[in-house]
Amino acid sequence: MNAFVASSMSTFVASVGASASAFGWFWRSSPVSAKIGAAIVFLWLFAGIFAGVLAPYDETEIVGAVWQEWSSATPLGTDQLGRDLLTRILYGARNTIFIALLTTILSFFIGITCGFMAAALGGWTDQLLSRIVDILLSIPILIFSLMLLSVLGTSVPVLIVVLAMLDSPRVFRLARSVSMDIVVMDYVEVARLRGEKLWWIMRREILPNAVAPLIAEFGLRFCFIFLLISALSFLGLGLQPPTADWGSMVRENAGAISFGILTPLIPALAIASLTIGVNLVVDWMLHKTSGLRDEV
Amino acid sequence: MIRLFVMVGERLLFGAITLLAVSIIIASSVDLLPGDVATAILGQAATPETVAALRKQLGLDLPFYQRYWEWLWDFLRGDMGVSLTNERPVAPQVGERFANTLLLAALAAAIAVPLSLALGILAAIYRGGWFDKLISSSTLAAISMPEFLVGYIVIAIFAVELGWFPSISTLRHDISFLERIYVMLLPCITLALVVMAHMMRLTRAAIINLLASPYIEMARLKGVGTARLIVYHALPNALSPIITVIVLNLAYLIVGVVVVEVVFVYPGLGQLLVDSVSARNLPVVQASCLIFAGTYVTLNLLADIFSSLANPRLRHPR
Amino acid sequence: MFNTPKQSLQQLSDLVAKGRLSRRDFMTRAVALGVSTLAAEHMLTTSALAQTPKIGGLLRVGAPSASTDDTLDPATLDDSFDILSCYGMLRNNLVDIDEYSAPVPGLAESWEASSDVATWTFKLRRGVEFHNGKTMTVDDVIDSLNYHRGEESASSAKNLVEQIEEIRADGKDTIVFKLKDGNADFPVVLSSYQLLIFPEGTRGAEFDKGIGTGPYSLQYWEPGVRMEGKRNPNYYREGKPHFDEVHVIGINDVVSRTAALQTGQVDIMSRCDVKTVHLLERNSDVQVFQVTGTKHYTAPMHVDAAPFDDVNVRKAIKYGIDRQAILDTILLGYGELGNDQPIAPTMRFHNPDIPQTQYDPDMARYHLKQAGLSSLDVNLAAADAAFAGAVDTAVLFQEQASKAGININVDRVSEDGYWNDIWLVRPWCMCFWAGRPTEDLMFSSAYEAGADWNDTRWANPRFNDLLVAARKELDENKRREMYYEMQQLCHDDGGAVIFTFAADVQAASADLHKPDQVASNWEFDGHKVAERWWWS
Repeated sequence: MNAFVASSMSTFVASVGASASAFGWFWRSSPVSAKIGAAIVFLWLFAGIFAGVLAPYDETEIVGAVWQEWSSATPLGTDQLGRDLLTRILYGARNTIFIALLTTILSFFIGITCGFMAAALGGWTDQLLSRIVDILLSIPILIFSLMLLSVLGTSVPVLIVVLAMLDSPRVFRLARSVSMDIVVMDYVEVARLRGEKLWWIMRREILPNAVAPLIAEFGLRFCFIFLLISALSFLGLGLQPPTADWGSMVRENAGAISFGILTPLIPALAIASLTIGVNLVVDWMLHKTSGLRDEV
Repeated sequence: MIRLFVMVGERLLFGAITLLAVSIIIASSVDLLPGDVATAILGQAATPETVAALRKQLGLDLPFYQRYWEWLWDFLRGDMGVSLTNERPVAPQVGERFANTLLLAALAAAIAVPLSLALGILAAIYRGGWFDKLISSSTLAAISMPEFLVGYIVIAIFAVELGWFPSISTLRHDISFLERIYVMLLPCITLALVVMAHMMRLTRAAIINLLASPYIEMARLKGVGTARLIVYHALPNALSPIITVIVLNLAYLIVGVVVVEVVFVYPGLGQLLVDSVSARNLPVVQASCLIFAGTYVTLNLLADIFSSLANPRLRHPR
Repeated sequence: MFNTPKQSLQQLSDLVAKGRLSRRDFMTRAVALGVSTLAAEHMLTTSALAQTPKIGGLLRVGAPSASTDDTLDPATLDDSFDILSCYGMLRNNLVDIDEYSAPVPGLAESWEASSDVATWTFKLRRGVEFHNGKTMTVDDVIDSLNYHRGEESASSAKNLVEQIEEIRADGKDTIVFKLKDGNADFPVVLSSYQLLIFPEGTRGAEFDKGIGTGPYSLQYWEPGVRMEGKRNPNYYREGKPHFDEVHVIGINDVVSRTAALQTGQVDIMSRCDVKTVHLLERNSDVQVFQVTGTKHYTAPMHVDAAPFDDVNVRKAIKYGIDRQAILDTILLGYGELGNDQPIAPTMRFHNPDIPQTQYDPDMARYHLKQAGLSSLDVNLAAADAAFAGAVDTAVLFQEQASKAGININVDRVSEDGYWNDIWLVRPWCMCFWAGRPTEDLMFSSAYEAGADWNDTRWANPRFNDLLVAARKELDENKRREMYYEMQQLCHDDGGAVIFTFAADVQAASADLHKPDQVASNWEFDGHKVAERWWWS
């Protein structure tokens, strides 16, 4: 079980480019677009990790008036409370990436485990899991998370678990459909006859062969988590302030946009750049694993 | 073909079970939510006596299972009950909102589906080129914008700056169909921008995925041009995943658009549902959630039927 | 009976405007009321002669706080969308509140009190018709008011009418109220937005037909979406209302509401985003106006719970927050500083002599030390349901108080259910009060020991004695002294940090005629915009 967690975790950590040992290999073999993507992701990871050192001010410090223009003291201007926007973006990188990453990993762990189990065991297990997933999917996710968070509160661990739970059925469907094609392969049959345990089969036979579409999905789902947090904050729930996170920052500053103040676009651009970065890397990995060779 | 009918029958049965389960989950979630309709109606003005009096009027003093059972019994006989807050019958209220929601979704889909298919195919044809990269990056940027921000930007440009369209889409009752479409254009554009990226990317991926297959390789060796290869050889076989993703996005357009409804003041079902959840107005919450769940189940079934029809191999599983 | 000179003048100048009083007579009477000739002249030119109301046109109101659960039932009105529709357009009260916050005749033509102010006699206006053609009678009035009374009542006005012992008719157009105890402010109670008059026997879903005596009759009603009213040709106030039609459109999101005003889809809106309102002001088609009334933001502490049970801790917190910074940052100056007592500067008995509490971390530390503490850790619950910017305010509190050794942990809670689960429950949270028209109503709602909404659980014996005494006191000077002392007690000992009075920042089309005096009791000119404004 633990080994499974570790291996699936490392797969995904690698997918966002955080695995240092693979770096040299990556740099030699990847196209320019993937390098750009990796650079963006690294930049944000770096910014997040060293936010405390890089940021000119404290996370919550008020340094000026509301929505000030760009200046040398506040390079990106100030936010709706007069806090330095650059500082908030840097701290936001830490919180946002941390929460979205953890949520997505948890969601994938739940979704993949159940999805593979459904495919490998078939029969009643498959029926039961699939029907539960159908039920969960048929309730609008925003409404459901709104209700659950109202009941359970909005601390970070609760937020992560609730969002992961509600997101995992989507992963389940993909994992199940991908692994359906794999479990009927001869090598899985052979492993079964050899008497291998379910976990071993899922980890060693199914996972490596299902990894490509799952990674592609990871890139998108990772970004959807930002958006979900942002939508929740639009409806009045979300992270505990004064924690900076990009989704809530967009929401808090959004009113400025109809008067042509671009402040809300900055956190939105941060989300967009990370989305593009992650997906550039993911596209390349997909390309690599699909074995498709064509003009790049 | 018989297999298909059996599948449909089976799925409808499971669909009914799903709806039942959803209704139980919703009823118990609303029950678990802090407060009830009495405290929600009275808000800051609540006192213990008025809350108790209102609870009694509304029958909230009965135990949970009994209220659920009464609701279910009425529902099965086709009676959705009356709203707890304004005593209006639920069915016409929800029905009208759902019609609005469907209209918005249909209009948004009419813009988004052809456009994203075309862009997806073009991106696949010119994959790796600047066009592909431009389309991929801009659609990614579009989906990474929260919906309300896309809405605000669309309003700022088309309503405030250019003055072409109204910024709010509140519908007057006596409005003509063309006017209706006109006031709904901005939310439609917003929604189209939101869903296009996903559909376009999957169209592109599904087609590219097929390019590695031997039969495409064969056609390529025979000297078929890239564009022709993709449109005539790859696309028909990529239809099934494309249909699936289109249907999923349709479901999203119907079920997941509450934020856009709030921004454009569009009287859709999502807004009604959010209001009813915060008012703990269970009959309306139930009816809305069941409509959403029903939509989801139906669309999924349709997706499966269409992709079975598009791909005969799926009709005969091993 | 309670007419202030200023308000009588207003009525006089209205008469001039309607041609029922000559200019010369106006001047004579105005001077008799103690106004200088010059001032009277000025008043006449600005507010009467220069402003002949124009009849006609359509007014579209962009109202916040619309919900699909709204009704036209007076007992459950809760916020602008339904209050404006129901109280501002469709129905009337016995007593109205005019733009100077004074009670004036509404459906009751006059009233008088017994010497102990416990028995009140109201004379009904004769010949007032409901929208359905039925003539209003005493039975309609009694039924309308009884609707809020009694065990079964689930009305939000229940506690307002609890003071009434008995309501009875005396002949065809006189109603006598017997109160449990004297109350000099009773007519103001009858002006509450819930205490509207409707045809006898209206109950339940029938309320949604909107039958009343109001200036507009209901044409269309969709909860949370829109309400449309058409001018009532038989309205009892002659020459009013001015618009042919009024539409109330529910727009909850402030950015959308502002965009709708900018693009001319609505003509007037309330609750502007103060952060962008200076940008809105640049638009020459729009007039922005602000009214500071009784609306105030508070952070009530439970005085019976540690650590707030020590008055020194309360004082430390009062000194530990920077009210000016909050006013500047959260309200961008649209409001006035609060001084830990709820009687607004616009009110009759506001005590201007209490020194304003200033941000002073050293004083805060001093009071902490008095309480035997060197630092303090407290939780503060907040959600924007309390007021727009409540969470940001809490974050500012945290930042400011930390300099005084007070560590505030901001607990952002769900907006949904805030008034039920957080307010009155948590020992310290953010809160909003719309205020009340009289000192007595404000104090007895939230500061009297044992009151349902006493959100600080404060029980100060001296304060409570004064409250009961002032209610029955008819001598204005003695009353003023009592209310002054009560405000001082609140300020020194009370549990509520009352840090600002917030202005209602509103915006309207520049073509709308805005009266010189805009009411401060509610937004939208006391919710009477449909009756008092016109297209210029």
